[in-house]
Amino acid sequence: MKYSYYPGCTMKAKAAYADACARRSAAALGFAMEELQDWQCCGGVYPLGADEVATKLSSVRALMAAQEKGQDVITLCAACHHVLKRVNDDMRHVPAVQEKVARYMGTEAPYQGETNVYHYLEVLRDTVGFDTIKKKVVKPFTGQKIGAYYGCLLLRPGKIMGFDDPENPTVLEDFIRAIGAEPVLYPYRNECCGGYISLREKALAGNMCENIVASAAGFGAEMLVTACPLCQYNLTKTTKMPVRFFTELLAEALGLEGEEA
Amino acid sequence: MKTVDEIREISGVNPYKCMKCGKCSASCPSYAEMDIKPHQFVSYVQRGEIEALTASRSLEKCLSCFACIERCPRSVEPARLIDAARQLVVRRRGETMLSPDEIPALAESDAPPQLLVSAFRRYRR
Repeated sequence: MKYSYYPGCTMKAKAAYADACARRSAAALGFAMEELQDWQCCGGVYPLGADEVATKLSSVRALMAAQEKGQDVITLCAACHHVLKRVNDDMRHVPAVQEKVARYMGTEAPYQGETNVYHYLEVLRDTVGFDTIKKKVVKPFTGQKIGAYYGCLLLRPGKIMGFDDPENPTVLEDFIRAIGAEPVLYPYRNECCGGYISLREKALAGNMCENIVASAAGFGAEMLVTACPLCQYNLTKTTKMPVRFFTELLAEALGLEGEEA
Repeated sequence: MKTVDEIREISGVNPYKCMKCGKCSASCPSYAEMDIKPHQFVSYVQRGEIEALTASRSLEKCLSCFACIERCPRSVEPARLIDAARQLVVRRRGETMLSPDEIPALAESDAPPQLLVSAFRRYRR
């Protein structure tokens, strides 16, 4: 299985190791990630304005490029995933956006959301299967108590993201079990880390992160795992809890860890 | 166009669907920081008091966490109104809530690019 990979800015820069781990693990698990050529930044935040079009075009271009290759899109960063998925939903269901985009792009056959957008975790769950992963694990995290930190962007709005139950998700806990560790359930796992507010208001984001980590630690977590580079940054900046990107743990469990991208 | 019409057009929200249950404000992680709370945004739009919304510091405090959107039982989705009020501000010529000149003092060298692009998308046109 081959996917068009939309990495986004952070997976190519600060999270390059997590990106490399994802590609290596994909090869070991039987799927390929072909990076889309000339992808453009998704903008990081989905434009909520009903009349916004220009801010959605970078996502549309990526979705159309994948369609041309006859592939679905795979993402790693929770923010890229959120933006691409929601823009694709607009292209499927919102005629006003569809029409404006078609006029802007000047394409003969208007794009109508034909491409599917999958997060890497969805591919692990729905295509590879956690049972298959479990069988391929050579260095299990036996005895480690790991808390899943979902944050906001993968889950909400549940009706559009269709990722998991937005109030009681399970995919990361299943992932944690597959790599041989013990998942720790705690109430703050889908609370916000503060996101971009940490640029200006470090104390406010810090307070939110402390609540999350205190909740996880209180239920016995020794480590958190996340799929959002900004959550990882905010949490590690303000607390002492180790926070890992999920693909790093996957590669290590599969015996594929390495220093370089 | 009157600003109340503008805010309804940008947001796509019908504020009259609101039944004032308060789940949005109860779910909001920035509630304590907001001068006008998410559920109040809906009432302000109903009353046409848009100037107060565009002057509100809540515009900076919304985190785009989508908790209010997820939990609104009437699909009013107050985050859309907060975003629309913010759009009214940043679409004015010369108005911005974040200047690139501020970045060197604000961002640490290990900050992920995601932090900067998200902040710019949120606080600028």
